Amino acid sequence: MSLSHSAPDVAAGRAQSPHTSMFLRMLVRAAVLRRGRALSALFAMVVAAGVATAMLNLYVDVQAKLRREFRNYGANIILVGRDRASLPADALVRVDSVLAGRGVVAPFALVVARTSDDQPVVVAGTDFDRVRQLDRWWSVSNWPSAPQQALVGVRALSVVSPKSEPFDLSFQGHTVHLTSAGTVRTGAAEDSRIYLSLADFASWTGVQASTIEVAATGSPEEISAIMHQLEQAIPAADVRPVRQIMEGEARVLGKTRATLLAAAALIILTAALCVLSTLMGWVFDRRRDFAIMKALGASDRLLNGFFAAEAAALGASGAVIGFVLGIGIAAWIGRVNFHAPVVPRFTVLPFVLAGSIVVTLLSAVLPIWLLRRVQPAVILRGE
Amino acid sequence: MFARLVYESFRRQKRRKLLAGAAITLGVTVATAMIAVATDIGDKINRELRTIGANLLVTPQEDTLDVEIGGVNLKPPSDGAFLNEADLPKIKGTFWHNNITGFAPMLPVNVTLQRGGGAENLTLLGTYFARQVSFGKEEFTTGVRSTNPWWKVSGAWPDDSSRDVLLGERLAARLSARPGDGVTVSGRQLRISGILSTGGSEDDQIVAPIALAQEILGKPGAVRRVYVSALTKPEDALARRDPKSMSGPVYDRWYCSPYPQSIAFQLQEAIPHSHAEQIRQVAQNEGAVLTRIEGLIFLITLAALFASALAVSAAMATAIFERRAEVGLMKALGAGKLSVASIFFAEAALLALIGGLVGFAAGGLLAHQIGRSIFDSQITIPPVLLPVILAIAVIVTFAGSAVAIRQAVRLDPVLALRGEL
Repeated sequence: MSLSHSAPDVAAGRAQSPHTSMFLRMLVRAAVLRRGRALSALFAMVVAAGVATAMLNLYVDVQAKLRREFRNYGANIILVGRDRASLPADALVRVDSVLAGRGVVAPFALVVARTSDDQPVVVAGTDFDRVRQLDRWWSVSNWPSAPQQALVGVRALSVVSPKSEPFDLSFQGHTVHLTSAGTVRTGAAEDSRIYLSLADFASWTGVQASTIEVAATGSPEEISAIMHQLEQAIPAADVRPVRQIMEGEARVLGKTRATLLAAAALIILTAALCVLSTLMGWVFDRRRDFAIMKALGASDRLLNGFFAAEAAALGASGAVIGFVLGIGIAAWIGRVNFHAPVVPRFTVLPFVLAGSIVVTLLSAVLPIWLLRRVQPAVILRGE
Repeated sequence: MFARLVYESFRRQKRRKLLAGAAITLGVTVATAMIAVATDIGDKINRELRTIGANLLVTPQEDTLDVEIGGVNLKPPSDGAFLNEADLPKIKGTFWHNNITGFAPMLPVNVTLQRGGGAENLTLLGTYFARQVSFGKEEFTTGVRSTNPWWKVSGAWPDDSSRDVLLGERLAARLSARPGDGVTVSGRQLRISGILSTGGSEDDQIVAPIALAQEILGKPGAVRRVYVSALTKPEDALARRDPKSMSGPVYDRWYCSPYPQSIAFQLQEAIPHSHAEQIRQVAQNEGAVLTRIEGLIFLITLAALFASALAVSAAMATAIFERRAEVGLMKALGAGKLSVASIFFAEAALLALIGGLVGFAAGGLLAHQIGRSIFDSQITIPPVLLPVILAIAVIVTFAGSAVAIRQAVRLDPVLALRGEL
């Protein structure tokens, strides 16, 4: 309360709202006078709310972060022409428009060609820029950049060009002259293949892409929606999920989230108990204030209201500061561990706020409830 | 006198001691459980990642190129080299055999399927389903049922010694075949025990016990390739080095680390005339996912340790603050700062030890429960952790009490006794 008010002003103010003004004054003065203890209670509250915010934020966001990691496993949807036919020429454009940025797509066309000494070898046409994004595990010595350059699987290399010399491949009487730009090693079927750009491939063989691999991002529901849209956009294609990847992903994500939830529950419980014990100590410590008020004729309702209001104010301000702190912690964990910021989730705020206020109310009202039968005189005498 | 003071304080102030002790116990419980989960999470997630499939592939050393498009093998069936089935149990004799969770040999053969009037060419894949294999005295079961858990069968899995087969779901739909029906494959009458759904090229194939595939091919004991599922450690700079260029101790360290590369190297040593390699799609990404999850749980464990340290300090500070009158009395009777502080520290240490022991046991139970309910397997706490946890508990309790004790010993006894602080 400011002293600069003139006396009639104060009197008029008090006449209008005598209780509110005194009530507020007691709240503020109580916090200012016992600054140390009030600050330590606020500190506990801020830390608890901060930790709770960070954990909830991470819990909500970790799924998106880990899904992104899992997209490095490559395609989770495959489109194949029905009965091994080629896909329509505009299939890739249509897939791109269905996905609208929600994933990476790469087309593949495959034929069996013959080397100059009549050995069969699988040759694939693809879009190298897209494959680089989709199949990040490919260990490639040098990506082709010019026409007539091929990417040769490490096992195919010894058959077609053991000394990295230019080589010829023939398919149905058409021969193409290629140089090897680099090798690819994956440990799987790709090692036995030769990759060309789709343009070179089509002008040589006349065969269009027969497979489109899609790494779609999103929840299982979003992915099945994408699959449904793909089926409608390209009726000539058979749209299949890569179950191996999808199921593994779902399992690992589920277990990680469950672990995180258990950890979050434990940490939030510990933080709440920390607040509870600090605050209860603080309120208990003020039993003399309580006794004086009671001796001066304050009703039980007023006393409860006073301590509850104090606790609620502490809880709310602690929760707001803690929320900001917690978002900072979550963002830091995101940067350190996932190399991407964790997006602040404001949906978490109401939960943190409500939780903080409940915990503080509980820790304020509990000591009052314990003291309610005690005579003020006993407390005031320090017994 | 000192011991009596501490003893009486515990005997007479049971409620306060119980509160502080409970805070310490809870803090230690959470810390123990989180440390146990964090140390074990790598292994647990590694096992979950194995559901994505094998991460190592063993092929014959002198093999010709695979000529395979969309699961249809265009290579002449007897062309190329084979591995010997009799060598496979040696996989369990390698240095890292405990890390190998399973393996499945594959032998694709081209067969003709008689139906109605005509015949159709397709691939029959011979493999292990859940085969008993023994190496030395060790008995173990391995096959696609453990290495490829995404393979789903409606009907029954065939027995590895039977002549029953699985029909891929698209093939079965084409033939409108059901479990229990018979098929004629390359002149042999076989029974369909179930319909297989994998989402991959096997959906157009017949999958059979490997002995049947070998019989059709006419090469007993032949295996085209072996998929091995192993628990590996994320790759680092050492893993990528060429073992031939390493000096003795570095080579030993490389050889004795479960990198995909070193396990592949050991498989190659164990199986004659073989070439083993990591399947990069699986092996590389698994390292990345594992590192992320381990990192996340590690950071969260730090948060848990911080929260429990804070809870313990808060409880200790409150407990000491409440005893100002007692401090005043002690000082009025002539106790020095040192003796007051040492009484408080002794009490704190005793509380920390008791709380630490109880908390360690409770934390162990909690970790066990988390392991059972989330991962269906045990999380055990190494007993070595006990002294570490106790030491942490004592240090945190001391640190938490330090400020409050400092305030307490500085009290003016007169003010404290009059209750004016």
